[in-house]
Amino acid sequence: MSAAGNSVAVGATPAGSGWRAFFNQSRGVRVCSCLLLAIAVLVVFGPLLSPYAIDQVDWQHIAEGPSWSSGHWFGTDNNGRDLYVRTLRGGQISLLVGICATAISLLIGVSYGAIAGYAGGRIDQVMMRMVDVLYAMPFMFFVILLMVLFGRNLLLMFIAIGAINWLDMARIVRGQTLSLKHREFVDAARALGVPAADIIRRHIVPNMMNVVVVYASLAVPQMILVESFLSFLGLGVQEPMTSWGQLVSLGAREMESAPWMLLFPASFLAVTLYCLNVLGDALRRYNDALAGSLRGAA
Amino acid sequence: MLRLIRHRLLVAVPTLLVLVVLAFVLMRLAPGSPFSSERNLPPSVEENLNARYGLDDSLGEQLLRYLGNLARGDFGPSLYYSDHDVADLIREGFPTSLRLGLAAMILALGAGVTAGIAAARRPGGMLDHLLMGVAIAGISVPNFVVAPLLILVFAVWLGWLPASGAGPDASLTAAGMVLPVVALALPQFAYVARLTRASMLEVLDSSYILAARAKGLPERTILLRHGLRPALLPVVSYLGPATAAVITGSVVIEEIFGLPGLGRYFVQAALNRDYFLVLGVVVFYGLLVVIANLLVDLCYGLLDPRVQRQ
Amino acid sequence: MRQKIVLAVIAAAAALILWRVFQPQQGEDVAAEADAGPTIAVLRRGNGSEPEALNPHNARTDSAFNIVRDLFEGLTSHDPDGKVVPGVAESWQVSDDGLVYTFTLRQDARWSNGDPLTAADFVYSFRRLADPATGAYYAASLSPVVNAGAIIAGSLPPEELGVEATGPHTLVMRLRSPTPYILDLCTHPSMAPVHRPSIEEHGDAYGRPENLVSNGAFVVSEWVVGSYVAAERNTEYWGNSANAIDKVIFYNTVDTSAELQRYRADELDFTGSIPLPQFNWIKQNLGKELHISPYLTTYYYGLNLTRPPFAGNAKLRQALAMAVDRELLTERITGTGELPAYGWVPPGTNYYTPQSFSWANLAPQERIAEAQRLYAEAGYSRERPLRVELRYNTADLHRRVAVAVGEMWKEHLGVELTLVNEEFRVMIQNIREKQVTEIFRSSWVGDYNDAFTFSQFLHTDFGLNLVGYANPKYDALLEQAAAETDLRRRRALLEEAERLMLADTPLIPLYFHVSRHLVKPHVRGWRDNIMNTHYSKHLSLQ
Repeated sequence: MSAAGNSVAVGATPAGSGWRAFFNQSRGVRVCSCLLLAIAVLVVFGPLLSPYAIDQVDWQHIAEGPSWSSGHWFGTDNNGRDLYVRTLRGGQISLLVGICATAISLLIGVSYGAIAGYAGGRIDQVMMRMVDVLYAMPFMFFVILLMVLFGRNLLLMFIAIGAINWLDMARIVRGQTLSLKHREFVDAARALGVPAADIIRRHIVPNMMNVVVVYASLAVPQMILVESFLSFLGLGVQEPMTSWGQLVSLGAREMESAPWMLLFPASFLAVTLYCLNVLGDALRRYNDALAGSLRGAA
Repeated sequence: MLRLIRHRLLVAVPTLLVLVVLAFVLMRLAPGSPFSSERNLPPSVEENLNARYGLDDSLGEQLLRYLGNLARGDFGPSLYYSDHDVADLIREGFPTSLRLGLAAMILALGAGVTAGIAAARRPGGMLDHLLMGVAIAGISVPNFVVAPLLILVFAVWLGWLPASGAGPDASLTAAGMVLPVVALALPQFAYVARLTRASMLEVLDSSYILAARAKGLPERTILLRHGLRPALLPVVSYLGPATAAVITGSVVIEEIFGLPGLGRYFVQAALNRDYFLVLGVVVFYGLLVVIANLLVDLCYGLLDPRVQRQ
Repeated sequence: MRQKIVLAVIAAAAALILWRVFQPQQGEDVAAEADAGPTIAVLRRGNGSEPEALNPHNARTDSAFNIVRDLFEGLTSHDPDGKVVPGVAESWQVSDDGLVYTFTLRQDARWSNGDPLTAADFVYSFRRLADPATGAYYAASLSPVVNAGAIIAGSLPPEELGVEATGPHTLVMRLRSPTPYILDLCTHPSMAPVHRPSIEEHGDAYGRPENLVSNGAFVVSEWVVGSYVAAERNTEYWGNSANAIDKVIFYNTVDTSAELQRYRADELDFTGSIPLPQFNWIKQNLGKELHISPYLTTYYYGLNLTRPPFAGNAKLRQALAMAVDRELLTERITGTGELPAYGWVPPGTNYYTPQSFSWANLAPQERIAEAQRLYAEAGYSRERPLRVELRYNTADLHRRVAVAVGEMWKEHLGVELTLVNEEFRVMIQNIREKQVTEIFRSSWVGDYNDAFTFSQFLHTDFGLNLVGYANPKYDALLEQAAAETDLRRRRALLEEAERLMLADTPLIPLYFHVSRHLVKPHVRGWRDNIMNTHYSKHLSLQ
């Protein structure tokens, strides 16, 4: 929403379709896309520009503000490590967590929802009842428990965070599957004796990619935020790696004495989340409008 | 409707059972004992402690005993806060979390719905951009940044409000609650505002609103009488679980403002291996979610006559 | 129609709940009354984490001990400087062999409900402390007393404990060996008396504020879990007339940054700690209110001596110990007045001269050169570096120290250190199992002001010998010291033992802790001390 153009939302058919149409929605979408791209490029290649390594301690400059002459463009943390490098390398982890955790939540949610929806009947009922049960779980709590108890490796973190929000996805996908499974092409495939698993994989899932993509784009910023919360609790990634969440939670403790420790990582985090949310909203609107126009055409 | 209530409560039992068993197993898989420390704890003392709380029996026995006690309403003792029962801790912590959470949800709902409607009135307008900008910012900045920032500005620099939420001098008074409630409400406000705006736009686009417009009804009547009720449905279904989560407390807000709520236990009890306290808060949370979802279903009936008839 | 009624009922119930929820709690009214009284002196203390228990037998952390010290009083107590002074016992006699202590209790000692406090109360309390059925966390405080170990282990009944009331105000305590620090030990909160009738009535709920009958300068009035504990003047306390504080409030201050903000907003009279990252800011802006004092705690890196690479490899251990620049570490990383540690027992310990590594006086370059030589002799080099893991528990300070030490080892020796951040209890378990652990961070806090609390830690049979150090010579010296009644000879034995141990380098002491508080200028009577005990009764407000 926000800066993204809203005229589209009110049922107007997007001018054409495809990526170009999406970007033509508004200036906000274009600005946010460019910003995200810039951040992604900076995060991947930026660390190469600095003479410092991520774990290098500069004993002469501990907890010092940004300075051009020392080469610490974002200042140093209270261990004398370069914040420019750490912020960008931290960005790699944050983005990785966002993407991988979302992928995992999609994987679980889509397969679960599609199976339940396609199978229907008793199986569907039982599977969805289980989802109801799981909704009552304090998931955040289980994530904390997992991180505490079974160490801090990245993969586990992806899985734990990703396992949080597959429930919504499962419900959405099930609904979509129900509406898709009696369409002609599915019936045809079934008549030809294509196994159920293949039908789901080849015919059902690809036909709801739109919904999935929209959902995923809104899930990525959520996942990044969850990771930052874990970091606040001290359950983030292992040293010397870091993440935006970790840098921000350390910086928040020194916002008065060393504001740069908060400012740089927090700006990166906030701008990234902001852009991701704007794009996610725009994507959803675009998708709705597209669906609306298709329905209108039908 | 009574049937709905009965049905929901019946489903709650297996839900809670699954919850307890899962939490129990996970907790007990964890390495580390509730009594370990860097200090000197001779093995004989540790054995005595384990015996005192029945932790030396087999796990199956312990689980059955716990479930039996739970059925009788006994949540067991706290292993760490050893002067307290788990039930006491929940009873003492919950009012704070409940007050704070409800205040935050009421604030978020009021402000969020208003902002959502205001934004939907003229999509693409200045106000829309501004409000949705704030809303997205609200879910883009972690609350462990917002909360200290609020304290720094309003308590330390300006001195308008107390930095801590609680204590005999400012014991969850109106003034003490302002900052934590605002920090807690911000992300919820953002979600509610976005949801309201989106569903309002959808409703305003529907045929009966067009009909109302064609009749020449004033815009205000259209928005509030005809548009709002259906537009609130998605907000209501969001509110249920969100309220349950918010009123069980927030670790971050409670730690930063020094509030005596329940939220800390979700983390602290796990770290302390306070087995019974962990199980207690998990069961309590599950119960709240069940109740909240039930309330949501009932509210749906209020808002949408079609649901009632079913 | 029926649905409408149900809905109306639900709406009414919701309204009722809302109204109830936002009603002021009882506590507030009390607080409001307290505020209204103009003359009442209220001391507001920042007290760190939530106290886990107020029953002396259940308490186990400093945040609980701080409160228990105000609520209860043992046979002995501390003066504002942390020195041992008479408590409930007004005097005592020691037998010539140092094995029998005869305490004479105050005639005017009473419980907060007015009951007289007698020697029988102490006998009951000590037996209960040792009783396995109690499951007391600090039962081992009694270990110098005859039969205590056997009772804790369940092989003797609690009645066999070597304490005895020979009169209403005379208590005899028999010890296994001369234990000069027994008077220090008696100040420990676990050694405070508990009120028998209340325990018999309430059991484990004795520690609840409505049930707690205590004998100290204050009596608990309110306990809002997660927020604060409030205690009021105990008018039955024998020293009540000297107490200038009417009410103490111990606030929960887990988040030290938030604690600082509350202190700055004038909501606390003194803090339990300070946020380390803001130390420089505090020094500049609140320098006059900052109190830093040595504290009986050594921060160290332990080495697992039972497995490679450290088993039987003293040269490697010594090389690592030498390659840490402790001055740099304490100045630039911890930076709040910590003392670099070249020995194990902290300075300021009673009757003791701090010992240090034999190489402690070498110049920094010589030290590094020597470390490199030892590292090479141990079979490592830049090409074949030592690859090792360091475990530390989740906390900002530990993380920062680990990063800095890792950098020093890497720079001077080429060690490839992997930092493993673990949750505290997981780490403790790993350390104790001595399987995956290689290097771990820990600190040892003296329970009483005597070198023995540190020496004992490395005794082979000590329950918590985390590094797995086993040196019969060291053990023999300790046992000799334990049997020694002459304080000077005992001291020499303990000092010799420490030198012996340091030469083996089973662990790497990094620095000695300090206690840090911010104290408002209007708080009078504050004295920095090595025990970091600050009894509210010693303070006053201006």
